[in-house]
Amino acid sequence: MHASFPILSALVLLPILGAVLITIISNKHLEFVKLIAMLFSVGVGGMSIWLLASFHSHDSGFQFVSQHEWVTSWGISWHLGVDGVSLFLVVLTGILFPLVILGVDPHHDHKRYLAWLLLLEAGVMGSFLSLDLFLFFIFFEIVLVPMYFLIGGWGYDKRVYAATKFFLYTMLGSAFMLVGIIATAVIARRDIGYLTFDLVTLAEQASFATNTGRWLFVSFAIAFAVKVPIFPLHTWLPDAHTQAPTGGSVILAGVLLKMGTYGFLRFGLYLFPSAAVWAKPVLLTLAVIGIIYGAIAATMQTDLKRLVAYSSVAHLGFIVLGIFAITSQSLTGSVMQMVNHGVSTGALFLLVGMIYERRHTREIAELRGIQSVAPIFSAAFMIVMLSSIGVPGLNGFAGEFLILIGSFQSARWWTIVAATGVILAALYLLWAYQRVFHGEPDEANSSFAEMTLREGALLMVFIGLIGFTGLYPKPMLERIEPSVDKLVEHVVSHSDYRTPTTPNIVVEPHGEKAGE
Amino acid sequence: MVFAATLDGPSVPWVELIPILALLAGTCFLLLVGSLVPTWPRRGYAWVTGISTTVAIVANAVKWNNLYYNKGETFFADAIAIDRFSVLASITICLAVILSALMLSAYLVRMNADGPELYALLLTAAIGALVMVSANDLIVLFLGLETLSLSLYLLAASNREREQSQESGLKYFILGGFSSAFFLYGVALIFGSTGSTKISGIGEALSGSISIVDTDAMLLVGIGMLLVGLGFKVSAAPFHVWTPDVYEGAPTPVTAFMASAGKVAAFAALMRVLLVGLEQRVDDWRPVVWALAILTVFTGSILAVVQTNVKRMLAYSSISHAGFILVGVEAAAHMSGDGIASSMNYLAIYTVLVMGSFAVVLALSGHTDGDTNLADFRGLAKRRPALALAFTVLLFAQAGVPLTAGFVAKFAVIKSAVEADSYVLAVAAMVAAVIGAYLYLRIAVSMWLEEPASDSEITIDPAVVVVIAIAVVATLVVGFFPELLLHATRLARFAPR
Repeated sequence: MHASFPILSALVLLPILGAVLITIISNKHLEFVKLIAMLFSVGVGGMSIWLLASFHSHDSGFQFVSQHEWVTSWGISWHLGVDGVSLFLVVLTGILFPLVILGVDPHHDHKRYLAWLLLLEAGVMGSFLSLDLFLFFIFFEIVLVPMYFLIGGWGYDKRVYAATKFFLYTMLGSAFMLVGIIATAVIARRDIGYLTFDLVTLAEQASFATNTGRWLFVSFAIAFAVKVPIFPLHTWLPDAHTQAPTGGSVILAGVLLKMGTYGFLRFGLYLFPSAAVWAKPVLLTLAVIGIIYGAIAATMQTDLKRLVAYSSVAHLGFIVLGIFAITSQSLTGSVMQMVNHGVSTGALFLLVGMIYERRHTREIAELRGIQSVAPIFSAAFMIVMLSSIGVPGLNGFAGEFLILIGSFQSARWWTIVAATGVILAALYLLWAYQRVFHGEPDEANSSFAEMTLREGALLMVFIGLIGFTGLYPKPMLERIEPSVDKLVEHVVSHSDYRTPTTPNIVVEPHGEKAGE
Repeated sequence: MVFAATLDGPSVPWVELIPILALLAGTCFLLLVGSLVPTWPRRGYAWVTGISTTVAIVANAVKWNNLYYNKGETFFADAIAIDRFSVLASITICLAVILSALMLSAYLVRMNADGPELYALLLTAAIGALVMVSANDLIVLFLGLETLSLSLYLLAASNREREQSQESGLKYFILGGFSSAFFLYGVALIFGSTGSTKISGIGEALSGSISIVDTDAMLLVGIGMLLVGLGFKVSAAPFHVWTPDVYEGAPTPVTAFMASAGKVAAFAALMRVLLVGLEQRVDDWRPVVWALAILTVFTGSILAVVQTNVKRMLAYSSISHAGFILVGVEAAAHMSGDGIASSMNYLAIYTVLVMGSFAVVLALSGHTDGDTNLADFRGLAKRRPALALAFTVLLFAQAGVPLTAGFVAKFAVIKSAVEADSYVLAVAAMVAAVIGAYLYLRIAVSMWLEEPASDSEITIDPAVVVVIAIAVVATLVVGFFPELLLHATRLARFAPR
């Protein structure tokens, strides 16, 4: 549409090509394998940044659309597009994968590891770009396979258990969604006149009877709730995160979980607005329980990686809160926070991975006094941790603040309880920091190596993103907002939900408000 | 419709019978020339089998094209129906024969027991299957069923070096005979209440008159008996108990044939009987099929989880697949949507998957064809990465992972169930599929994530390589571009009455 080059298709297909090339190449040329993985992932990353640069910031619709017929008898097309909701997730995916490929060493079987990673990248990209329910489901589900092998092949002691649990849990959720997707298309055929899985057509032209819409929404919601994960469907997450290799954890936390929250936005709210409004109280409650429960559970952990994993449950709770508060600000905050969480938790997992590389333990009790032997490492950990807590000036604050402000207007009591989660986050992270980094190092910890140049360069990217978004969120907000406003309008016009009339609080004084 | 009281038999349309005649010619050639000429060129028997089956496929393909202008017709005084449904099922069966013959050649060469007998039995089994899919008369259907079954009993027991093989043949024979009795009794009762053994004739009798109210109980018992008999053949729960033992004991190529062609034939017969003959009594049998479907998907996938032998695992997974096809049959009962098409689609795809999977099992099963425990698959990725990758593709396809043919099959069936408003069935089947996925993951874990038990060289017969390659390529091609197969199966219709 805007560009003759099908950039979105390239974003999905290039990693697949890379994976195939890697599989074909002989195992003897390991350097070659690494080079290809690097070239392809960096290429995709570069393209995603180019996408960001040429994205029209005030256009609320889908851009760079690419649409081709695929399975005509089922009304399925290869329909990709990007808007303000998915743009930054695509960019995050594009940036995170090369960083993981360059920065994290899997220690064995590089060839297969890299091939799976590239396939995973294709699946994640496809999920964020698909505008066809069938296509989305394919990518959503195919992601399980590489992730399963990454956890199972390169993880820690209980990796097979964790990988299997992850696979089956998510597949069970998707099973309901598959029936839901088919039912949506079949039922909508009565309104539209032909069978189609096209998201935009379905959302704009189909209307579902109240109960039907609710059932359909529930079938989608189960799949997304498992993926996010929303309490009480979260139990796969700590296992998967703890057992996954560092690279897998970074990707899992960074982008994979966002497929759930993104799904709620893109498919839940957009397709079934009135059902989403109906389910609002339940999901808000579960989100708040997730925030508090995740924080408390994180406090109790003795394993540093598990702690970060549970903090994810809490953070994702905030994002879900923002989504189902359904105000322009809360949704904008949620989209922003999806990216922020990806950056800061991704970086936290990297740091925990570096600690494990050095000490071969993640037990908090066995770590002590690292600050005095590795000050730069500790400083990096501190910055990333503060971003995760949501300290003003860093990225976590901007997102969380928007979510809380937006949600307060439409979901007051939930927001009040949720806000205590911010304090709890400070509690568990600072306490963990204190135990690990402060004090006198004992014998085992006194030889803790300082950050290497490569690790430092890797983390600088993350810290740069943390600082930039924290200090200057405007470019990000003005790209997210038009699409989010359009989504809120869609919900309002397709349900009896009305956005709260409290005056909008202008977050960035110089920013002009898009929309009405 | 009572058989004419003349001495002239029905005219024989030889052209329509070319597929069956080709297989028969192959059988005769194998047996006659096989006994006259003691030494054949390497794989000569397999070639004869393959050529005669190819002729059958070509004849069917031509027929498929000719059926473009009409919807098929019945021959032999309505005893045989040739329509696109039967043609498609025949082609699937013939493909299964070719792939099985390839596997059989590898198996026999390895056992040092190459000979014409098993190929001849394979062809007679296929003849029975072809008769079943186009039978328009319950008696003819029974003849086909018995031809298929008798050949399979012998094939299953053919490995004299393994006790399990003998046991498998005997078990299949006794239980199969039992189920045939049920089937025959059902035929008799239905004939008693409708006055016809012709499937289309039964349909006419049921739609036309009210006079059969008196014999309603008889008819219902008859329908029930038929369902038991055919349910046994498709290994639907609770008539599935023979499946794991027989599948495990029979020589692997035979198992593959049983699981694919046997199932296609039985399902085609089941669908024709239910949807053409008993269409009017759909409200009576649909709930039964509904219950069978749910029971079968769950029995198959839950029991598969606790197995330790890969052949038994695949046996249970084949039960679960049968449940999925029953979901399609149940959807077809609603006479809306494309239940028939989705069932045929599933059968065709499943045939390829099961052939590929058992070919991998055959490649690893050792000299005696007995090393099929999960432990034998341990660390396969380190010993033969390509083989492990191929098996993984096939397993994930069976689990229904997208971009494989297995997903297309499941999607089509679920779609037809949803279109028929059978939401409970659709959800139950998907949940069962997730439970079943654990099984495939277990095999994948064994292959990829565990250390090999032995480092002995695995030699794979080229014929097996061909089968696996065909299966994997077909799985992926259909997974990415399902349109062609969907189009073909949608055209699969029954001949008008």
